[in-house]
Amino acid sequence: MFVRLVYESFRRQKRRKLLAGAAITLGVTVATAMIAVATDIGDKINRELRTIGANLLVTPQEDSLDVEIGGVNLKPPSDGAFLDEADLPKIKSTFWHNNIVGFAPMLPVNVKIERDGQQPDVTLLGTYFAKQLSFGKDNFTTGVRSTHPWWRVSGAWPGDNSRDILIGEKLAGRLGEKSGNELSVSGRQFRVSGILSTGAAEDDQIVAPLAIAQEILGKPGAVRRVYVSALTKPEDALARRDPKSLSGPMYDRWYCSPYPQSIAYQLQEAIPHSHAEQIRQVAQNEGTVLTRIEGLIFLITLAALLASALAVSAAMATAIFERRAEVGLMKALGASKLAVASIFFAEATLLALIGGLVGFAAGGLLARQIGRSIFDSQIGIQPVLLPVVLVVAVLVTFAGSAAAIRRAVQLDPVFALRGEL
Amino acid sequence: MSTPPTTSASFGSARNLAASRSQGPHTSMFLRMLLRAAVLRRGRATSALLAVVVAAAAATAMLTLFVDVQSKLQREFRNFGANIIIVGRDGAPLPADTLPRVESTLTGRGLVAPFAMVVARTGDGQPIVVAGADFDRVRQLDRWWSVDNWPSAPQQALIGVRARSIISSSAAAATSQPFDLSFQGHVIHLRPAGTVQTGAAEDSRIYLSTSDFFAWTGVKPSTIEVAANGSADEVTAIMHQLSQAVPAADVHPVRQIMEGEARVLGKTRSTLVAATVLIILTAALCVLSTLMGWVFDRRRDFAIMKALGASQRLLNGFFAAEAAALGATGAVIGFIVGIGIAAWIGRVNFHAPLEPRFSVLPIVVAVSIAVTLLSAILPISLLRRVQPAVILRGE
Repeated sequence: MFVRLVYESFRRQKRRKLLAGAAITLGVTVATAMIAVATDIGDKINRELRTIGANLLVTPQEDSLDVEIGGVNLKPPSDGAFLDEADLPKIKSTFWHNNIVGFAPMLPVNVKIERDGQQPDVTLLGTYFAKQLSFGKDNFTTGVRSTHPWWRVSGAWPGDNSRDILIGEKLAGRLGEKSGNELSVSGRQFRVSGILSTGAAEDDQIVAPLAIAQEILGKPGAVRRVYVSALTKPEDALARRDPKSLSGPMYDRWYCSPYPQSIAYQLQEAIPHSHAEQIRQVAQNEGTVLTRIEGLIFLITLAALLASALAVSAAMATAIFERRAEVGLMKALGASKLAVASIFFAEATLLALIGGLVGFAAGGLLARQIGRSIFDSQIGIQPVLLPVVLVVAVLVTFAGSAAAIRRAVQLDPVFALRGEL
Repeated sequence: MSTPPTTSASFGSARNLAASRSQGPHTSMFLRMLLRAAVLRRGRATSALLAVVVAAAAATAMLTLFVDVQSKLQREFRNFGANIIIVGRDGAPLPADTLPRVESTLTGRGLVAPFAMVVARTGDGQPIVVAGADFDRVRQLDRWWSVDNWPSAPQQALIGVRARSIISSSAAAATSQPFDLSFQGHVIHLRPAGTVQTGAAEDSRIYLSTSDFFAWTGVKPSTIEVAANGSADEVTAIMHQLSQAVPAADVHPVRQIMEGEARVLGKTRSTLVAATVLIILTAALCVLSTLMGWVFDRRRDFAIMKALGASQRLLNGFFAAEAAALGATGAVIGFIVGIGIAAWIGRVNFHAPLEPRFSVLPIVVAVSIAVTLLSAILPISLLRRVQPAVILRGE
């Protein structure tokens, strides 16, 4: 009888059930989509923040001082210590290797450009552009094109194994060079494949594949510094502690959190004789920006959850209020309050489950659409969320119906049937 | 013989009634019906009002946030430091009046810090980059500098962490013992005040105050860093004004910062738009379903009025007025609540108050009234074709 009542109620009152069900579905859709966006926004914004550039710098441990003004190095180039290029792929062996978006080694050398009998001094910067590397079974591409995304080239990027070079736009303007020209640098001929614009010191420099800089310097495998771009977690009190002063479990927590400090520490472990440090301008500030945006989206998600909960409650209350006469009839026929209430709750549960399932699927699609159109990447929804969302949907539906059910049940059947009140 | 006068009399009385209805008593009756509808069915009226308030509050909060979050986040991005750099053209020094000109162009729309640099020699002949800087300005502009003690007295220097080793053999001595630097035969005697750590080029330098630096080397600032406030367009405009104000200098943007900022702000704004649309849509549907239920529920009132001879236009007007009053009241209350929510989010998340935007109010009121009208008209047009008797019989 109970099952039949519920079944008939769904069969005969299609319009009302559809309305209430639509409200629940919509509420769950919005809630699911917002939860998915909120859980993923940190990662997405973190990746966007990487456009500001590398946040970690690896230098040789015994490095002597840089004597550099406006990108011109005033120190003898062979002076000081170097890192070994062969050690670089080991960056991918660190604990947080998945968080390392890219790295770019740099080797500045002082060269002379030979033209028209004059020999102006310029800095030639050797680096990776988009170098194919492998570590173990891992193949990856890295270089300035991922760590320095604001570099622009008019012309073509040189290949990492080619004899092509880039000329900074200011230097090119002074020399009157265009892409496609041949340029003689320190006794070697190179082809200019493009003009580089960075808005910084590189505009006055020549940028070439790392091997060319090593060849000119006469030190194969030498690297002066490595810029590393990593996804990090905003710094907190634990991050600022000295790892040596931490006890076992605290140290593990520090080591296994992607703080700028702990990633720097792991880079130091991976590359022999190196010193890694966060570039504070980038690392410190991206933490604040990330915290702000995450906080904002979190609070807005809360608001969205509240709004959808209220929408569901309102729809349920209305749906039940419309059925006072039915309650009156059931009570007049001798149904107990409990029996009437349980029918309504059963219906609410059924509605919440159906609406929750449909809404969860729709919310997943919506989140995916938001991810694709805003961030050009997927926003996935954890399947683990499904039971949570369903339980919340049922609870909210119950809460929304409870007051209305109580009032309907307490109503005198006589008034209810006469349509008064 | 007696019929025509009667008809004319009844006609006359009907005309009188119509005339009297269109005046005072009619309006007061109309108002009374509106008021009684709200008072008698307090529960339903309150829940409908609540739905409108929630929707209006959500819309207000989201719209206020949407306008304000941009400027709040832009302010966060100014912590990344300068977004405009002014240097002498082709390595030439900046003209002496550059700094005052830059400041008068900027008129408080950002921060400015001049830097001068030379390569000096330490006591044992090692080269080192020494920079002259205005510490008060640097403190505000480059907030990420980790400095243990800023120089406050003349002849005090700020030592980069990597420059410590070149001044003295032990780190402890480097931060306490006085040292000498020489530049083109001029020697300056300095005391270290503290160390600076940034993870970048600053770590290998020594910083002096602008006055000490100029007295020692005679070199004027060669670089001016500018952190201009505002949106990308405003910063571009400031840059344009600056290059006109100092034609002898090269004014260029720090692309790294400007492009990163534009990207992150753009994505955040799109996410906010998506969230705002979703939330307002949900809230509006909540209003729609509640109100439709409410009006539908009162089909007996509707039928009685119709049976008593109310015209369809009067009925439409009655329900529309009711809906509009509900929408307007709800919108105003919701606006106040929404501003409260936005202010709270501003305080919790950005540690800065969000200013209430009264320009949002007319939009919220208009949209609320539109939604409530829509949700009143829909059920009425459905009931329109139904005979009052059918409704009154409860079928």
